[in-house]
Amino acid sequence: MGREAGKLSLILLMTPFLLWIGLLIILPQLGIGYVSLREKISYDEFSFGLKNYVDFISEPVYRNTLFRTAWMSILVTILALIVGFPVAYYIAKIARQKSRAALFLMCLIPLWVSDLVRAYGWIVLLRETGVFSSTLVWLGIINTPIEMLYNDITVVMGLVYTVVLFMIVPLTSTLQGMDDALLEAGYNLGGSRFTVFRRIIVPYAMPGIVSGCIITFMLTAGSYLTPVLLGGKNSSWFTEQIYNQFITRYNWEAGATFGVTLLVFTSFVVWLGLKLTGQSLATTVAKD
Amino acid sequence: MQSSAGLRLIYRAYMAAFFLFLVAPLIAAGAFAFNDSLFPSLPWNGFTLDWFFSPVEPKLGLFYDERLLRGLNNSLYIGVVVAALSVAAGTCNAFLFERKSFPFKGVAYILLIIPLVIPGVILGISILVFASMIANWVDAEFGLFITWLRPGVPLIVLGQFSFLTTITSLVIAARLQKFDMALEEAALNLGASRLRVLRTVTLPFLYPAMFSAFVVAFLVSFENFNTTLMLVGSDAPLTITMYDRMVKAGSTPVLNAVSVVLMLGSGLLALASVAVQRERKV
Repeated sequence: MGREAGKLSLILLMTPFLLWIGLLIILPQLGIGYVSLREKISYDEFSFGLKNYVDFISEPVYRNTLFRTAWMSILVTILALIVGFPVAYYIAKIARQKSRAALFLMCLIPLWVSDLVRAYGWIVLLRETGVFSSTLVWLGIINTPIEMLYNDITVVMGLVYTVVLFMIVPLTSTLQGMDDALLEAGYNLGGSRFTVFRRIIVPYAMPGIVSGCIITFMLTAGSYLTPVLLGGKNSSWFTEQIYNQFITRYNWEAGATFGVTLLVFTSFVVWLGLKLTGQSLATTVAKD
Repeated sequence: MQSSAGLRLIYRAYMAAFFLFLVAPLIAAGAFAFNDSLFPSLPWNGFTLDWFFSPVEPKLGLFYDERLLRGLNNSLYIGVVVAALSVAAGTCNAFLFERKSFPFKGVAYILLIIPLVIPGVILGISILVFASMIANWVDAEFGLFITWLRPGVPLIVLGQFSFLTTITSLVIAARLQKFDMALEEAALNLGASRLRVLRTVTLPFLYPAMFSAFVVAFLVSFENFNTTLMLVGSDAPLTITMYDRMVKAGSTPVLNAVSVVLMLGSGLLALASVAVQRERKV
């Protein structure tokens, strides 16, 4: 290939990439950063400073919503790992070769269904007039229908349901690469089932665990539908606050401050996770 | 693997319980579309297709509900446009990252992945803010009013495009990586021009990946809620219409009917995508 032609094709290929990343990712992020730093004095008159952030920190309602979202997201991530690991292990190591692909595809079914439909399904099951409640009444276990929606346990359960697949997929692909001889060697050397799990399986699966946890955490902290629909109006989820500030109250300065805070916070957690486990972003998120 | 029969049984039971957990809400969402009742709840009053085909209130069926149909139409339109755009951009990115070397490629690769890591709500508000800033500036400087930078279908397309391009790029790049360069060299040695090689050798090799990328992008766009919610104008896509209905009007089985249609649609598309992948392996 001639050098000129090579250069031309590089420019041609580079242009869409730069336009995309520049106009739709970098500049908009700088845009909300800018809006979060300005403070409305009167119509069309602004001053700049950190006042929005100070307001955010000094208002307990906002602060607590962030902490609540954070610890619930961490809880959901841990639960998804606990629920998902045995499933991934079964698919990768225990199931027969033939049924593996089928089981894996079955795990992916809910992925193809909209979040909204899934949350709606839980509403139909769990609300006061829902399937569970009326079945329990019919069986005579409870006397009056009970409301199972709008509490934290349901929100956590719904979130685990929504994100567990993103835990199972990387775990399964990591575990599939593990040689069974490793396990046999562990047992032959006298390791108990627990020792083999702790000393061989978990270290081997670590890259999968890290990428699963990161994806799960990001999805949970950024989720909107599941906490709002299953938790009701006072679910106090952080993304809900962002929506309220932006769309309901039309207070873009505060909304942008919340947005930047969420982004910084989730990036920090991801960075911390990568740092502690010694993985890189490119290998964990972009595996397939 | 040493394991006693008892443990194995417990493990099997756990797997069964897990799959039951996975499908339970989907079955609930689907089944009540066929219940002859005004509410999506028990008791079961018998089978009906009214929630799809009844033309009159109170059981206005999905296919006669104009707002839902308009939402469906908007979703299809947005999905096709976004998928086409993101496959085009994704193909360019695949060639850029697989075939070219340029300074700061490592940084560029991180930028390529970053849209997947930014929460959808934040992508939505940032694009909303940025578009409004441009629109306000143009309005103040030139007195022009640019409607497509205000919330509406064009902004939804841009918002979804911003993260779907990462997905399509990764899918297509993975396929391009497996390409055997000897094929291109052979074609070049036989006297074909660069453009002809691209058109007759390289791109046909990429078609299956481009098709899967298109399907995935379309489905994700169709189901997207978070980014779309922030950018929606008067032409709401189906997910937003359905959400509004759920929050404001309370749920009626017509929403279950929508769920059934959505599940069938995405199921068929997913099958088509799997079938294409399988075909190319043979």
